[in-house]
Amino acid sequence: MSVALDLRLKRANKVYHEGEVLAGVVVITSKEAVQHQGISLTMEGLVNLQLSSKSVGVFEAFYNSVKPIQLISSNIEVAKPGKVPGGKTEIPFEFPLQAKGNKMLYETYHGVFVNIQYTLRCDMRRPLLAKDLSKTCEFMLHCQPQKSKVQPTPVDFTITPETLQNVKERTSLPKFVIRGHLDATNCVITQPLTGELVVESSEVAIKSIELQLVRVETCGCAEGYARDATEIQNIQIAEGDVCHGLPIPIYMVFPRLFTCPTLETTNFKVEFEVNVVIVLHDDHLITENFPLKLCRV
Amino acid sequence: LQSVTVELQSRFVSHFPSHLQVTDSRSRRGGRKGSTSSSSSSSSSVAPDPLSSMLEGTDPLSLFAAASELGRKRRENEEEVGADFEPWSAKRGEILARFTTTEKLSIVRYSHYFHPSSAVSEKVRTRLEELDDLEEGSQRELLNLSQQDYVNRIEELNQSLKEAWSSDQKVKALKIVIQCSKLLSDTSVIQFYPSKFVLITDILDTFGRLVYERIWSMCSDPRPIPDSFSVEDVNDTAKETCLNWFFKIASIRELIPRLYVEAAILKCNRFLNKTGIQETLPRLTAMIRGIGDPLVAVYARAYLCRVGMEVAPHLKDSLNKNFFDLLASFRQIHGDTVQNQLVIQRVEIPVYLTLYSPAIHWILQCVAYRAPDVLLTEMMERCKKLGNNALLLNSVMWAFRPEFVAARATDFIGMIKDCDEAGFPKHLLFGSLGRSLACADPPESERLPILNEAWKVITKVRSPQDYINCAEIWVEFTCRHFTKREVNTVLADIIKHMTPDRAFEDAYPQLQSVMKKILTYFHNFSVLFSMEKFLPFLDMFQKDSVRVEVCKSIMEVFIKHQQEPTRDPVILNALLHVCKTMHDSVNALTVEDEKRSLALLINGFIRMVSFGRDFEQQLSFCVEARATFCNLEPVIIQLIHTVNQLAMETRRVMGGSHSRKTAAFVRACAAYSFITIPSLTSIFSRLHLYLLSGQVALANQCLSQADAFLKAAVSVLPEVPRTISVEGKQRSSEAFLLDFINSFLSTLLVVPDHPEQGVLYLVRGLLNMVQDYTWEDNSDAKVRVYISALPLLAAMSQESYLYTIPKVDSNETLYGGDPKFVAEISRLCETLIGQVLDHLKTLGREEGVRRQGSLAFSLFSTLLAHGDLRNNKLNQLAVNLWNLSHKNGHCDTRTSVRTLEHIKQQAQQPELSHLSDMLLRLSLQSRA
Repeated sequence: MSVALDLRLKRANKVYHEGEVLAGVVVITSKEAVQHQGISLTMEGLVNLQLSSKSVGVFEAFYNSVKPIQLISSNIEVAKPGKVPGGKTEIPFEFPLQAKGNKMLYETYHGVFVNIQYTLRCDMRRPLLAKDLSKTCEFMLHCQPQKSKVQPTPVDFTITPETLQNVKERTSLPKFVIRGHLDATNCVITQPLTGELVVESSEVAIKSIELQLVRVETCGCAEGYARDATEIQNIQIAEGDVCHGLPIPIYMVFPRLFTCPTLETTNFKVEFEVNVVIVLHDDHLITENFPLKLCRV
Repeated sequence: LQSVTVELQSRFVSHFPSHLQVTDSRSRRGGRKGSTSSSSSSSSSVAPDPLSSMLEGTDPLSLFAAASELGRKRRENEEEVGADFEPWSAKRGEILARFTTTEKLSIVRYSHYFHPSSAVSEKVRTRLEELDDLEEGSQRELLNLSQQDYVNRIEELNQSLKEAWSSDQKVKALKIVIQCSKLLSDTSVIQFYPSKFVLITDILDTFGRLVYERIWSMCSDPRPIPDSFSVEDVNDTAKETCLNWFFKIASIRELIPRLYVEAAILKCNRFLNKTGIQETLPRLTAMIRGIGDPLVAVYARAYLCRVGMEVAPHLKDSLNKNFFDLLASFRQIHGDTVQNQLVIQRVEIPVYLTLYSPAIHWILQCVAYRAPDVLLTEMMERCKKLGNNALLLNSVMWAFRPEFVAARATDFIGMIKDCDEAGFPKHLLFGSLGRSLACADPPESERLPILNEAWKVITKVRSPQDYINCAEIWVEFTCRHFTKREVNTVLADIIKHMTPDRAFEDAYPQLQSVMKKILTYFHNFSVLFSMEKFLPFLDMFQKDSVRVEVCKSIMEVFIKHQQEPTRDPVILNALLHVCKTMHDSVNALTVEDEKRSLALLINGFIRMVSFGRDFEQQLSFCVEARATFCNLEPVIIQLIHTVNQLAMETRRVMGGSHSRKTAAFVRACAAYSFITIPSLTSIFSRLHLYLLSGQVALANQCLSQADAFLKAAVSVLPEVPRTISVEGKQRSSEAFLLDFINSFLSTLLVVPDHPEQGVLYLVRGLLNMVQDYTWEDNSDAKVRVYISALPLLAAMSQESYLYTIPKVDSNETLYGGDPKFVAEISRLCETLIGQVLDHLKTLGREEGVRRQGSLAFSLFSTLLAHGDLRNNKLNQLAVNLWNLSHKNGHCDTRTSVRTLEHIKQQAQQPELSHLSDMLLRLSLQSRA
């Protein structure tokens, strides 16, 4: 006797906003009637914070991980103990998406030290000899569009040996001039990051040019705060010794889940940066960093 | 705001954690490249493996499969891309065959024991990381692969892609495709790159199709959506899936895989929004600028153009943009990075440049397709401005409309002359120009200067192979516009170049093509053979099989285009030589079909030979031909027919009465046939020809010759086997034999008896042979012959015969109705009827009753038609036969009824009134 428990949301993309209603059906499929001791649904939104081992001692990181922050939580009983008939049974449900108290529903975000996740879980308790059934599904929350209009502010940049900081021996550097611009650093999260880059001259052949998307996560606690930057993705925009003088497009799509509008709260912060990384053939590595401000419109 | 770090030796320490993959992957990649180049250079001295190079790219099955696949795809867009656009499928075979290598290759392979998600890390690991995982880890490098192995590996990847897809492992499928397209960034064995491109883009095409079809099928839940669907028809789930694909691809780390894979699923943009394709194409076009290696970049452009033409042929702008970007980065080809690479790989510049041709050809072909002349002119001007533009020039000539090129042919020649000698080979340029001029005509006044200029360069090409490749193309132009004089000169030049060191041996396909082109334009064979160099050119085909092929093609053209019979000695000599070559190729191993087709061609030639009134000349031609073509039986038969025809023609000319001279001539003809026929192996051919020649001899009043023919036929009869093979199957010869004997009997009516032999010598002879012949057991054939001899004997006893031959006295005149002669005939008839009746008696037993009935009925019919039924005995016999045939109820009632009606009708005539008495005695057996 096999029973399958499934959760189906009405929206194919599983994206919801605060104030909307999360609707869907619990689907139970079984050949024969199923005896159970109650079916319940739990909806929960959590922010999980974790301190990196770099910021504090290793043991501390394990034990003192910051307590999760609950943004929303709701539980309903779908069916009282009884029997579900054989075949396919669909039980519709609805949850209003309203934050607890004066909290707000942050946008779904999967990071390393900060995780904002919304889940829906269905449990079917069953009599002694049968295993309880459970099914979890994640749904996405997008925060409300920001009202203020985003003004694109283009950023021009020029990279030469002279503009570099953090250089040990400036004399051993090959000569190069690389110019470019980003169309904006305050980006709309659904739009790609765009711009152009021109290698005007370079003594040494270029091996690769990459865009590195970085998240900067800050977790605050009583003792202070920990700030960590980690790579989200790395997108190569040029490979090999590119033609000098020809503009190369800068183009990067912000990955879903792994990015969210720049977020600043009392306990934690999520920010983003992009690095333009130029690798020369002699393995010189040149990076140019741009903090980004992401928003949703 | 700007914090910039620079580090030597790639150890990347900053405020980022050190586990960043940028650094890791790079050092690994570097190591891999090093090992590849060392392995290829160390193995470059390995002798070329002839087998693997032979096999390369010529797997006909997969070629067909891919071609049909592409063909199907193309059909979908037929409204937009017309049939005049040469499809990619036509190019790919050519590329595979042309760009091969004997160097060792290496491939990085996705190992099959990789687990999509191991239990522990399942929750931690995100899909994105999983993707990286495949890119970086769980790979294994295979070194020292031969080209064929490499092709097999790629095919393996193709298979595992399909498997992964069908087993619903979509992420794995994507990984495989990324893996494949990554191979395109590797130029380590550069000569092979174009072929590698073809193989890998096949996989990408498959992938693109799979994704598109999958999403399409998701939309067709209640009912399939039309091909011309709009975004509104697509449901949310399908859109979400499609979006997912694009997000996944957008996060592919490396440039080249990201570009190729996105291009492969370009068509899927249709599911998301209306403008997706026209926004994506320019973006991808611009993205290619990031590819540093010019060869890799140009092929990426070719792929993008190809996909663009397939999905949205109306978006010309990005095609043009691609071309202009190509021009803008053209100087990269001569950059240091490329030059260093060529030195390491030991590839010469001209060879390297030709690697670009397929891609640039393709891009230009897409650009030029239905483009206005203004645009083409602009493109040409832009190409001109670049230094050392031979490569581009070549592609321009190749890809632009032939009419466009032909109209500016003189300009092009000027440009070709200006090109740098060291770069792209000039003969290839002239080859491309010639190709255009072969399909479109330049202005009339320029034609001769063009030919002169071109040939001046071609004749200087030193390598025979290069020379003939180029010359072959220009032959078409020469044949099209000029006379035999110029073509002769060209042939002389080809002979001059190809003869030293027997260079022609390696150039048979090209030489054959030259021959084909000449034959296409010169149908007048007297002109053709009056070219001094034509036969010497023919002599260059020294390999037997090729030589015969060429001869056959000549003969085919001759038969197709020669309208009137000819006696031109030049043509006859030359063609006799050609036919002899074909004939001499026949040996014991030649298959029947080949013999038949050769014989057909030679027969066609023999039929076209006519010396008009000079009959003797014609006969001597036949004598000569018989000696020449003795191994081909159908030709010998044709010759006998020709000679017989000749004799009849002579008779017609002489109005039926021969002079002494013509009489001697027709006897000579008869003699020719008489001595030729025995050399045939087919017994029925011999029989029929004996009979036919006998008839011809008779018509020409050669009585003794006719006698000899017929006697020969009779004497051959016993040799007829019981079974003969007809179209490969063994069949009884009885029906054929009966046919022949009947036809023979009807001829015998007009053959006068030989004065020295007895009465009805030939008839008796024939019947004796029939008697002695070993017929099949249980066969009525012998009796049937007897029955059919009766009408002949009846006809012979008439006072004047049904038919006679003018100027030949038949037996009617010889015997003048002599009673002895008539009595002789009656006796013969009685014997025959007796034999038939005996046979009928033996059939009465056993299961022969059905046959008995039918035989009896046919004897009855014969008697009715040819016998004198006033004779009581005969009358009684007839009635008995009727009853016999109806006794067992096996006879066809309808025939019986019709026969009775016929008799009734006959009986109306006064001289046949006796039939009405008989009619009363014939009763129809009622079935009840």
